[in-house]
Amino acid sequence: MNLDLPLIWALIILLAVFMYVLLDGFDLGVGILFPTARNDGERDLMMNSVAPIWDGNETWLVLGGGGLLAAFPLAYAIIMPALYFPVLLMLIALIFRGVAFEFRFKATPSHRRIWDLSFTFGSVVATFSQGLVLGGFLQGFEVDGRDFAGGPFDWLSLFSVFVGAGLVCGYALLGATWLIIKTEGELQERFYRLARPLLFVVLGFIVLVSAWTPLYYPFIAERWFSWPNLLYLSPVPILTAALAALLLRALARRREIQPFVLSLGLFLLGYLGLGISLWPYAAPPSVTIWDAASTPSSLSFMLVGVLILLPIILFYTGYSYFVFRGKVRSGEGYH
Amino acid sequence: MELDPELLSRVQFAFVVSFHILFPAFTIGLASFIAVLETLWGITRQDLYIELSEFWTKIFAVSFGMGVVSGIVMTYQFGTNWSRFTDAAAPIIGPLLGYEVLTAFFLEATFLGILLFGRGRVPARLHILASYMVAFGTLLSAFWILSANSWMQTPAGYELRGGVFHPSDWWAAVFNPSFPFRFVHMVFACYLSTAFAVVGASAWHLRRGSFPAHSRKAYAMGLGLIAVLAPLQLLVGDLHGLNTLEHQPAKVAAMEGHWETQQGAPLLLFGIPDQQAEKNRLQLAVPYLGSLILTHELQGEVRGLKDWPPEQRPPVAIVFYAFRIMVGLGLLMIFIGLAGLWLRWRGRLYDTPWFLRLCTWCVPIGFVALLAGWFVTEVGRQPWTVYGELHRSDSVSPSLAGGHVLTSLLIYIGVYTVIFGTGIYYLLRIGRQGPRVGALPAGKASARRPLSGADVALDEGDVP
Repeated sequence: MNLDLPLIWALIILLAVFMYVLLDGFDLGVGILFPTARNDGERDLMMNSVAPIWDGNETWLVLGGGGLLAAFPLAYAIIMPALYFPVLLMLIALIFRGVAFEFRFKATPSHRRIWDLSFTFGSVVATFSQGLVLGGFLQGFEVDGRDFAGGPFDWLSLFSVFVGAGLVCGYALLGATWLIIKTEGELQERFYRLARPLLFVVLGFIVLVSAWTPLYYPFIAERWFSWPNLLYLSPVPILTAALAALLLRALARRREIQPFVLSLGLFLLGYLGLGISLWPYAAPPSVTIWDAASTPSSLSFMLVGVLILLPIILFYTGYSYFVFRGKVRSGEGYH
Repeated sequence: MELDPELLSRVQFAFVVSFHILFPAFTIGLASFIAVLETLWGITRQDLYIELSEFWTKIFAVSFGMGVVSGIVMTYQFGTNWSRFTDAAAPIIGPLLGYEVLTAFFLEATFLGILLFGRGRVPARLHILASYMVAFGTLLSAFWILSANSWMQTPAGYELRGGVFHPSDWWAAVFNPSFPFRFVHMVFACYLSTAFAVVGASAWHLRRGSFPAHSRKAYAMGLGLIAVLAPLQLLVGDLHGLNTLEHQPAKVAAMEGHWETQQGAPLLLFGIPDQQAEKNRLQLAVPYLGSLILTHELQGEVRGLKDWPPEQRPPVAIVFYAFRIMVGLGLLMIFIGLAGLWLRWRGRLYDTPWFLRLCTWCVPIGFVALLAGWFVTEVGRQPWTVYGELHRSDSVSPSLAGGHVLTSLLIYIGVYTVIFGTGIYYLLRIGRQGPRVGALPAGKASARRPLSGADVALDEGDVP
């Protein structure tokens, strides 16, 4: 039997990054929406809606990063120095945001403002820099031999800033629909009203990024717009439009679970679209997953672990979500 | 002046990792302590244990949060600053870190959520199980990260082809020669550091007469652990040193301050190593003892630093001093452990003022000793990232300019000072505030606690 290990690993890392975007996406979104709370009670509720699970969610980022390091070290060695500053910005922002969960409840009222701001700005900046990373990744990297050969600000462009802004709105949508599930009454109503305009903004970003990426690389335009690919890939935009329509209806009918699930669906399709555009590059436009792959021995050694452990991880993560299901109410939390 | 990206990257890594390691060290120890407290509660159903557990869990949560956010920084540094090292060594280091994430990080993060927020939502036994899972996760994490670090110190199970480390024997790579020693030494160090923090905080409360029952219990438990582990740590440290002598003799030569290869080498108690002049000044030494400790023979031969060309010697002074700080504090720990036993036997454990004061002052000694130990082993392996195989100058990212690294280093220093300074301040405040007593329904694990309960007391500034 001859397994294409780099292919399997590419799928595993795509899954890990996608899990990260979904899971940390909504809890970063809660941070982005934090300023919409009108008092400390609402802030407590919003924060407690993600407090038991955010840490597990963020672990997918470590798995995505660690997996890339382990499975495609050459890609890691090219991408990370190229994105030195966006990655730095993301890490610093995640520090401010992560400690806010603990510090906020330990602080005196006058200091609590600081950690409220730290949570909001940390979430916004972390998301924005993830958008910069994505934008920089889509633009590609200048490579010489086995090293990144470009400049420290190659990633900075109107396009990457645009992707960053789009991601902030996208995570805010995920956050709003998550909070619809977790809250009730007036607060919930506010997120219903907020989700609708957010959805339109997000759709605008999806359309513009979809139109913009083929301009960067002829091969992307080729892939999408040549016959018969056009036919095979047409479900992606059609489904996106359908999901958006369903989401609008679910919001109008004040459904509680559907908006979140449909927003996740939108993210999945956007992610698939990007995946189709960039396949099979681990560091576009020159390094493929097969160029960048680690040794077969490393890949199979880790694959054993993933096959055994990932189902267990998914099981207890699911259990944890089950334990903390339902509305958050004031007076809960360990603090 | 030309800024050297390699030197600055090393300083940056040393800075972030030194900050980082304090928190995992504390949480490795605390997680096990909390699991023990939860178990004792499960057996005895005494409120005291659950109140102690909740108190230390609060401290655990703050430290864990800081450990997580400072730890994510570490993995990304491999790529951003050490891309050549990543390219060469990732086939071996990568899977070890990957297994750390898969086996440990998810386990810790998920069950910590249940440990912190799940009381009353899950059955009592499952809550105890969650504390075991968190403790188990912290130890698994230590297992993999120390395996990765040890592989860089004493690489094994690989073939070097085209500048890339190809794994040839995973068992040999994971259980490389220095790993078992480093793992046990580090876990003991984490337990000791935590024990001194627990004992010190309890001693502080005992002196003030606050929470006497809780403080006595934690104080006695911590001192018991110290009495057992501190002497064992000396033994493990000695074995670790002998292992280093076998695999990294230049490091041992720097630790001992030996420049000349000699038989019947002395043990240096103090000295001022001079790297340029290749000798020590103001040397205070015990004849023959160095050879006796290292070779277990009076006339045993011990290699000196001059056996290696100057560019392959580690910076001697840092290694030499850090080693003495570590050993000195280790001896102080043994003394405190024995003194605790003596006072317990005399029935004076809880009311001997000088000893309570000493214990309060000794809160940081475990952490200082642990950092000193890491300085010995990390500075002592210079100039290699993978010992004897990959030089640090072949490890750094070639695209980096000194100015970029200086920028990020200054940002890290600024942010870490603010964030971790605040964190340590909050930790001290929670510690001084002490456990919440009598707030829990006796014997029932249905404590849905009011959100602001603990915080009000803090806000009113009842702590000095």
